[in-house]
Amino acid sequence: MDAQTQQDLFEYTLRLGDDALTLGHRISEWTSKAPFLEEDIALGNIGLDFVGRARLLLTYAGEVENLGRDEDQLAYLRDIRQYRNLLICELPIGNFADTMARQLLVDAFELPYFQALSQSSDRTLAGIAGKAVKEAQYHLRHSSGWVVRLGDGTEESHGKMADALSKVWGYGPEMFITDEVEQRLVDAGIAVQREELRDGWQAQIERVLEEATLAVPDVSWQVDGGRRGEHTEYLGHMLAEMQFMQRAYPGLQW
Amino acid sequence: MMSSQAVCQPADEFDALKERLSALCDPEIPVLTLEDLGIIRDVSREGDAVIVTITPTYSGCPAMDAIASAVQQVLDASPLNGKVETVFDPPWTTDWLSEDGRRKLKEYGIAPPAGSTSKRALMGDYSETVSCPRCDSTNTKVISQFGSTACKALYQCQSCLEPFDYFKCH
Repeated sequence: MDAQTQQDLFEYTLRLGDDALTLGHRISEWTSKAPFLEEDIALGNIGLDFVGRARLLLTYAGEVENLGRDEDQLAYLRDIRQYRNLLICELPIGNFADTMARQLLVDAFELPYFQALSQSSDRTLAGIAGKAVKEAQYHLRHSSGWVVRLGDGTEESHGKMADALSKVWGYGPEMFITDEVEQRLVDAGIAVQREELRDGWQAQIERVLEEATLAVPDVSWQVDGGRRGEHTEYLGHMLAEMQFMQRAYPGLQW
Repeated sequence: MMSSQAVCQPADEFDALKERLSALCDPEIPVLTLEDLGIIRDVSREGDAVIVTITPTYSGCPAMDAIASAVQQVLDASPLNGKVETVFDPPWTTDWLSEDGRRKLKEYGIAPPAGSTSKRALMGDYSETVSCPRCDSTNTKVISQFGSTACKALYQCQSCLEPFDYFKCH
C-alpha cells in the first residue's frame, strides 16, 4: 500500500469509527431512561452494536496508521477537533421522537452503505461491514416502526415527530458528501460512493413518512463540517463525559 | 469448522486440545458449546503453533472477550503453543448453528432460529414462524426484536401465555 492510500485509509476508517462511537455513546444515554423496559433493552442493544462496530473500526484504524495507537487511545485521547464523525451522530438525544428521527435518517443510509462496503476490496472493512449490514436491518426496522407509530399516533405524538424530523433534516445531506479522500478510495475499490445512495435513501424515507402520515420536512438549510473536525457545540460536552476517566486517570485500564 | 469425531484415546496432544476446545461452552447460553454456535471457525497447526480462529456473533457482543480468554486458557494449559485469532469474514450466521445446538436451545427454553438466513427476505419480512419452546404452538407474537442479549428477541406464546426468548435468525 502506498503512503497516500495508507493515509486515506486511516482517515476513512477513523471517520466510520467515529460515526459509530459518537452515535453509540448517544444511544447509550437512554439506558435506564427509555419510555419502558423493552425499549430500554432495545436501545441498549442497538447502542452496543454501534460501540462494538466502533471498537472494530478504531482498532483497524490504529493498525493502518501503524503508530501504536489502539482503540482506547483513539477513542479517549483525541480532542474535539480530531474527531471525524458526521454531525448527525453527535447531536443530543433530545426527546424520544428526536432520537427516532435521527435514527431513521442514519439507519436508512447505513443499510445500503454497508451492503456496498461489504464488497470492498479491503477485506477487513468488508468483514466489518458484513456484520454491520445484519445489525442495520434490525435498527432500520426498529426506527421505521417507531416513526410510523408516533407519526400515525396521537395529535401530540404526530406533532413531536414532525418537529423532530424538521430539526434533524438539515444534518442528513452530510452523509452523502464524498470528498477527495473518499473519492480516491472509491477509485481504489475500497470505499463507497455516497452520492449514489441518495435517491434510494430519499425513496426509503418517503415510504416511511407516508405510512406515518408525515410530510417530508420543508427545510432549506444544511450543515456539514464533521469530517474536517468542525463540530457542533454538543460534541465537546459529550467527550467531556465519555473521556473523563482517561483524562482524570491517564492510562487507566479495567 | 472443527470435526467432532469421538476419539476415546487422543492420538496426540493436538487431538486432545481440539477435544477440550470443543467442550467449551458459551458464557451466556451455557447449554451450547462454541462449536454448536459456530464461533470456533478453525483449529489449525502452523509449525509448532496452534491457531484457533473465532468469529464474533454480533459486533458488540460482550461475551466475545470472555470467549476469547476461555479459549486462550485452554491453549495456555496445553503443552502446545497456541493463540487466538479473530476473523469477521464471512460474517457469522445462525445457519452455522448445529442441529444438536438447535435441539439443546429448545430444551433450554429458547426457541431456535426459524429457517435459514439465505431464504429470508431482507426488509420488513416478519413471515418467520416461531414455535413456543414449551408447548410447540405456532401462535406466538413478538414483544420486542431486542432481548436479554444481542442474539435474542422477546416473544410470547398466545396459547400457553409463556413469554420466551427467541434466538434470532441472523
